[in-house]
Amino acid sequence: MEKLVFTRPRYMKKAPFHYCPGCGHSIIHRLVAEVIDELGIGDKTIGVPPAGCAVLAYDYFDVDMGEAPHGRAAAVATGIKRILPDKIVFTYQGDGDIAAIGTAETIHSANRGENITVIFVNNSCYGMTGGQMAPTTLLGQKSTTTPGGRNKDRDGAPIDLSQMLALTQGAAYIERTAVNSIKNIIKTKKALTKAFKVQMAGIGFSLIEILSPCPTNWKMSTVDACRRIDEEVTQTFPLKVIKDETA
Amino acid sequence: MNKKLLMRGSQVIGEAAIRAGCRFYAGYPITPQNELPEFMSGAMASLEGGTFIQAESEIAAINMVIGASMAGARAMTSSSSPGISLKQEGISFLAALELPAVIVNVMRGGPGLGNIAPSQGDYFQATRGGGHGDYRTIVLAPAHGQELADLTEKAFEYADRYRTPVMILADGMMGQMMEPVILPDPVNLDTLPPKPWVLDGAQGRPSRIIRSLILDTVGMEEHNWKLERKYKMISDEIPRAETYMTEDARLVVIAYGTAARIARGGIKRAREMGLKVGLLRPVTLWPFPERAIREMSRLVKDFMVFEMNTGQMIDDVKLSLEGRSNVHFYGRPGGVVSTPDELAKAISSLYYRQNLKKEG
Amino acid sequence: MTVKPKKGRIVIDSRLCKGCYLCISVCPNKCIVISEESNEKGYHPAEFTETKDGKDRACTGCALCACICPDIAIEVYRE
Repeated sequence: MEKLVFTRPRYMKKAPFHYCPGCGHSIIHRLVAEVIDELGIGDKTIGVPPAGCAVLAYDYFDVDMGEAPHGRAAAVATGIKRILPDKIVFTYQGDGDIAAIGTAETIHSANRGENITVIFVNNSCYGMTGGQMAPTTLLGQKSTTTPGGRNKDRDGAPIDLSQMLALTQGAAYIERTAVNSIKNIIKTKKALTKAFKVQMAGIGFSLIEILSPCPTNWKMSTVDACRRIDEEVTQTFPLKVIKDETA
Repeated sequence: MNKKLLMRGSQVIGEAAIRAGCRFYAGYPITPQNELPEFMSGAMASLEGGTFIQAESEIAAINMVIGASMAGARAMTSSSSPGISLKQEGISFLAALELPAVIVNVMRGGPGLGNIAPSQGDYFQATRGGGHGDYRTIVLAPAHGQELADLTEKAFEYADRYRTPVMILADGMMGQMMEPVILPDPVNLDTLPPKPWVLDGAQGRPSRIIRSLILDTVGMEEHNWKLERKYKMISDEIPRAETYMTEDARLVVIAYGTAARIARGGIKRAREMGLKVGLLRPVTLWPFPERAIREMSRLVKDFMVFEMNTGQMIDDVKLSLEGRSNVHFYGRPGGVVSTPDELAKAISSLYYRQNLKKEG
Repeated sequence: MTVKPKKGRIVIDSRLCKGCYLCISVCPNKCIVISEESNEKGYHPAEFTETKDGKDRACTGCALCACICPDIAIEVYRE
């Protein structure tokens, strides 16, 4: 007997993704949708997408979704969660959204221990606007606003937001993973499951930072972009559990 | 009927908001409105299902209000002029996302950091939308303690009815002054009309999206026209103005909020001098009570706009009159509060200059 | 005791596929190639080399291709 062993998850609408070929966003979308399904929380989950490449996330997730202004997802999620504490609230944000324009909202939501789950996609550039320098752009990395490569003296060094958030007392679980290989994709799904479970248990702020390939703006083949995460990006942003208050 | 209480303006807004069903307040400290978040922190704590958050910024506060509104709560934030500038991004989103919310601006002197004295310098910002894009904000201008209570209640009602942000435009004077007030009865939250658009998890229904990004230009145009139809409806339904001694007036002062109270004093003194002067006080600044002013122009040929700024509402008065009458201006910006005597002088000087005594 | 090797099959939705090659890069048995034809978006989609009734099938239905596919364009069946 032949069985269907892999198909589109229930909470992912059957809409073609607008993302570029080889983009990590839609892998992460799928993992989040799978986790929502497996945890049985699809009918009580509310998502808050960002401004950036994932701005259209509401066209894909088949759960309630409410738009936030650029960088403000954690504040919007705070408002939703405080009114509906029994629902599951997640934000989905890129590195520019969360670690530049939305730094204050993110740090203070973590510090208040808002019981929300933040999915932080780090592709080390502003993707939607055409590949400008992001707060996470690596030193030496070329972007449209650092044509000679990011220079520490002029541009500052890449910021490790997850590490900063780990210093807040309200952050319960923070892990950095990647979606550049099968092994890392499986780990990412485990991390997302853990993060949502932390919220379901009411333990506090959970965040999964996911290193994601951006072949278009990195000007690389999709396979090389995945390799770059292992060889370069993880040197600055190592994959690990950064904070675990559940242990 | 509820008891008459002596209350500070900021507290009246807070108490009236809670009685109107406000269950979410987020704000950031700024003078001269700190008494309002301070009051809300205590009041929400003692209220079941009430949330108070001291936000990390004005921007975070308005965005928390966006979230709470999405989740179905009656939500409010407050600030003063520079803080309201910071909230404009969120107010534009509230308008675009068609979310109800109440924003209180206890105006102070500006521009920039300005000072903490009462001013009306934010009229343009409030009535023109303030943030980016083609939208309007309902703006209510209370002039005394009782109206702070009544208009706060109305603000929540309008916000829900029209799914749009409503601003209460007060000033440092209104916020600080203690006056007798009869508070309205608390609303029963269960009797409020249902909100079939809230995000509360797609249980037993299709999932919902609240969004303002409409990349398709025709779709965006349609969204703008839809908002415009709503604004037209609001313009038909809620403009309000109050008149005082206008029956035989040859000169009518147009003023709102604190300026209107000063104007009343000035008008009383002018009447004692035998001048036929009245007051028209817009209660809604947007929609502006154009019709009331236009109708008055059939009998009155001279209007004096009095504002605590260098002349902002005067534009709306001129637009309402479309050249039918003379429009004069008297104003003091920067937080200077005119006295009724000063205004009486301004009125009488104008009265004689326009030769109104002779004709009368 | 010999373990009967698993037999699998994948279905690629050529309308969703953007020909990113990631599935090809992870398939342990090289069962996926890029199509000569382009889809309506102009991408050359990935193509499964084996049909259901084909002999000497190498696909085990391991689903690695589907796991890394950024477009949820692959369904996996296993016997």
